[in-house]
Amino acid sequence: MFYREAGDFKTSYSDDSQTFPIKFDRYRYYVVLLVAFAVVPFIINDYWVNAVFLPFLIYAIAAIGLNILVGYCGQVSLGTGGFMAVGAYACYKLMTSFPEISIIIHVILAGGITAGVGVLFGLPSLRIKGFYLAVATLAAQFFLVWLFNRVPWFYNYSASGQISAPERTVLGVPVTGAETQPWAGYLICLVFVFACAIIARNLTRGMAGRKWMAIRDMDIAAEIIGVNPLKAKLSAFAVSSFFIGISGALFFAVYLGAVEVGEVFGITKSFLVLFMVIIGGLGSIFGSFAGAAFLVLLPVLLKNVLVGAMGWPTDLAAHLEFMIVGALIILFLIAEPHGLAQLWRVAKEKLRLWPFPH
Amino acid sequence: MLDASEGYTTEDGRKIGGVVMEMKNITLRFGGVIAIQDISFDIREGEIRAIIGPNGAGKSSMLNVISGFYHPQEGEVWYQGAKRPPMKPYEVARQGIARTFQNIALFEGMSVLDNVMTGRIRQMKAGMLAQAIWRGKAEREEVENREFVEKIIDFLEIQHIRKTPVGRLPYGLKKRVELARALAAEPSILLLDEPMAGMNVEEKEDMSRFVLDVNDEFGTTIALIEHDMGVVMDLSDRVVVMDYGKKIGDGTPDEVRNNQAVIDAYLGVAHD
Repeated sequence: MFYREAGDFKTSYSDDSQTFPIKFDRYRYYVVLLVAFAVVPFIINDYWVNAVFLPFLIYAIAAIGLNILVGYCGQVSLGTGGFMAVGAYACYKLMTSFPEISIIIHVILAGGITAGVGVLFGLPSLRIKGFYLAVATLAAQFFLVWLFNRVPWFYNYSASGQISAPERTVLGVPVTGAETQPWAGYLICLVFVFACAIIARNLTRGMAGRKWMAIRDMDIAAEIIGVNPLKAKLSAFAVSSFFIGISGALFFAVYLGAVEVGEVFGITKSFLVLFMVIIGGLGSIFGSFAGAAFLVLLPVLLKNVLVGAMGWPTDLAAHLEFMIVGALIILFLIAEPHGLAQLWRVAKEKLRLWPFPH
Repeated sequence: MLDASEGYTTEDGRKIGGVVMEMKNITLRFGGVIAIQDISFDIREGEIRAIIGPNGAGKSSMLNVISGFYHPQEGEVWYQGAKRPPMKPYEVARQGIARTFQNIALFEGMSVLDNVMTGRIRQMKAGMLAQAIWRGKAEREEVENREFVEKIIDFLEIQHIRKTPVGRLPYGLKKRVELARALAAEPSILLLDEPMAGMNVEEKEDMSRFVLDVNDEFGTTIALIEHDMGVVMDLSDRVVVMDYGKKIGDGTPDEVRNNQAVIDAYLGVAHD
């Protein structure tokens, strides 16, 4: 009843290819943006920012990045943690080497550097596919973490081997370091999420996205209609790593503030982001958000319900969380391989006809 | 014999132009197996050229040589008056040779519209950055090419399924979408690998009509492989007949039909 496209006529092709072609969707999107930018910053406190909003926003960027590679281009990667580490360390080196330049530029440059590293580790994809490629990217994961652990230049020869973010400001407001207000960290991440999501959406609805999906669906046919497989695959690795690098930089600089590479950007991080993409929905930008929200909120929710309300011990609740997440992943792979995004699509189909099902 | 530069006029009065593509003494081997042996023929502008032959005659191999999948050990491919160096399939596609496949090769996860739009790769040149912000050249190209693609969609009568994912379509429609994708590239030569395979009579009639219309409306040069002799003889202007990798006949459908070697290849000869 509320959700329908009847009477919503398009008079131009650019209208038809816009991100939200249905009016109801478009207005809902504006409302979400308005709430996110103008309401949330005023009402959030430290707990909400650190437990929910920052991880959600930052993982959403990482999930969008990985979704471009896995969901759109069909190249499986287990190197996400390693690439996030590249973003974090690149950002750290830039922040300490050029303190006078804005942190925003540093984060974007960190994304660019990660894109370069991603292309390098994407080279094997020209020869190998699927499972074997996943193992090759696994090598990237372990190599990169080892590199940042063993070469002291990357952590500026600090005694602890950690990197920690110095205070940097945007428009006079600190966004990194101990003095950061909750809303400032939230807003800077939100701006990056917003920009990344729009870029990802534009790329995937245009020719670049079509080339990636062509490679994913049938690489031989893609080549025969003129897609250069080398360029298509490497550009997917570059764009994907760019986003993942940005998320790594934000994860380090804004969210954690101090990072020990093996702990934060280990193989578990790669799997976490991959699960977000699978549960959220392969080949969907909305799915990246849904997956990130799901896997960030679930532990918080379980902790509040089990520990807070029912008084269970913390470790028991933590173990239960593992079991639930594991079971959900198996369930999704079997029952709905296209994830939450597909469930959402089905719900919308139903809503379109509601309350008259025929 | 026909002259290379001059064309000829078909029985139904269409003017056929000069040679677009010429295969000169092509030989293709896979190890010890000779798939194509010393075959030469030409394709002229605006004509419908059929390649026929019994199973395993090397027809699809020939098409794969034209579209750059296989590289012949001997012989030359001449395209638009120049010898073509060995190139990758996507480079061949960018020169204006489009094809369809015997087993449909569409992108199942994408909508019909997106599938046909991928055919416009040659015409869409906006850079990654322009696409990322969706402004200027990228947006303009998207709209212009969409207009062209809509014409093709209209022409092949698949408007009603433009937003449907290809994976959900029945076989006959998929074949038509594949033709649409190839046509969207505005090819100078369109290669059709068994466009009527697995179709019933009505679908074959539809497809034949589309092939003729394409040739008529856009003046597209078409080279096709087909097993249905009725279709081949009705559609094509000239026919190459292959058997065991060799060329055994070349000419108008009537000439080929009365060629003793062709009759022998299809019906078999008595061995004593």
